[in-house]
Amino acid sequence: MNASLLFHLFLFPGLLFAIPASWFYVWGERKAVARMQRRIGPPLLQPFYDFVKLFGKRTPSRHGIEADLLLLWPTLSVLSMVSAIAMLPVIFYGRGFSGDAILLVALLEIPSICYILAGFTSGSLFGEIGAIREALLSVACNVVFLLSIVTIAVTEKTFRLADFSGASSNPGHWIGVFGILLCIPAKLRLNPFSTSSAEQEIYAGPLTEYAGAALAIWELAHGLEWVALTGFVAILMMPVAGAWWLRAILFVVISFAEVLLLSTFAAATGRLTLEGAIRFYWRWAAILAVLAFLAAAYVRFLS
Amino acid sequence: MKLFKRLMHLCRRKSPFLFHLNSGSCNGYIEMVTCLSPRYDVEQVGIRLEGSPRHADILCITGPVTRNTLEAVKTVYAQVCEPKAVVALGSCPCSCNVFAGSPVIEGPLSKYIPVDVYVPGCPPHPDAIIEGIERAAKILADRGVPEASKGETQR
Repeated sequence: MNASLLFHLFLFPGLLFAIPASWFYVWGERKAVARMQRRIGPPLLQPFYDFVKLFGKRTPSRHGIEADLLLLWPTLSVLSMVSAIAMLPVIFYGRGFSGDAILLVALLEIPSICYILAGFTSGSLFGEIGAIREALLSVACNVVFLLSIVTIAVTEKTFRLADFSGASSNPGHWIGVFGILLCIPAKLRLNPFSTSSAEQEIYAGPLTEYAGAALAIWELAHGLEWVALTGFVAILMMPVAGAWWLRAILFVVISFAEVLLLSTFAAATGRLTLEGAIRFYWRWAAILAVLAFLAAAYVRFLS
Repeated sequence: MKLFKRLMHLCRRKSPFLFHLNSGSCNGYIEMVTCLSPRYDVEQVGIRLEGSPRHADILCITGPVTRNTLEAVKTVYAQVCEPKAVVALGSCPCSCNVFAGSPVIEGPLSKYIPVDVYVPGCPPHPDAIIEGIERAAKILADRGVPEASKGETQR
């Protein structure tokens, strides 16, 4: 435990930054969708109001293991997302807790697994349908996601996050970043790939039976997923050098720009069917990702 | 503690989540959907349509409560967690409208569940619906979690 690790975990980009940022990003998403529909959209504090209000709701009484598990899944998602955000090398470049990209990918996958388990634990029919859809979508998009990360790793010749991040002049790096960006809508359950939550169609998907505080923790976990995933792409795009405050500002600006880009894209598209989403990832995106990986590997062995 | 209560009051007023239940209505339902369309932009005042009654604060009910939907109305009302409010949209849930006296109509709604705000009209104007929801949100925030309600939310 050293000072820089604690700073990363609790101050920036950890808890103190990540929770307000998650509300801000969720507001950005809703505002961008509203502007696309020529609306004014929600006030800045709306995600905060929703969060506090949900904590004040009475929840249905449940007993035994089911009640504990239903609370465990969102809590686990929040913890894994905070750890993932704390791993991003924003300020203390290459110092402190320098985990590798494999750990980050594992942490980023936990909310999706928890979401699936929440659907099955709740015992609701709609929850189960949503969980199955999320599982299939996760399998579909992770092929591309992992191949993109491997492409970057092969290009940069390392899996260490601190060396791996930072803008590079290598085209393989940018193809990998593009591949990751392509997977983020599915990971965040955004519009073209929103089949798993599919509001109005299967009620609220895996979260149908959630209420009150547990639902508030899920909303927080979703906001933190925004921060973690857009932050991950941001550190891959940021230049390595520069003052710490400049890097911090750049991190926030790039992440928020991604939020606006992704939500504009979500507002402009309709919901794909499950087959459509899997076809997109396995037929088109996966072929491109495999080609990019082979090209990166070829260039690497040539040099 | 007082500050916390004031914050909770503010948040409850500013973030009403809706669940819409159709108990055999015709145009009230359509006007409700209109009011959620981009033109009226209810998100400005924090209103959000939810897919599950568990997430909702305000239950919007349209229709004269037909015999087939009566049990559904009672079940869904029980599934909404406290604090909650009910808005009766349109003339049908208020008075059964032209269907009053029909053998298949069980309404009006207030015979079965407590109604907080009535928005009459056939159909009511979307602006009136939004105002009704706003008032219901204020009633809900003032009331808070009622101490008297010992009955648990239905599983």
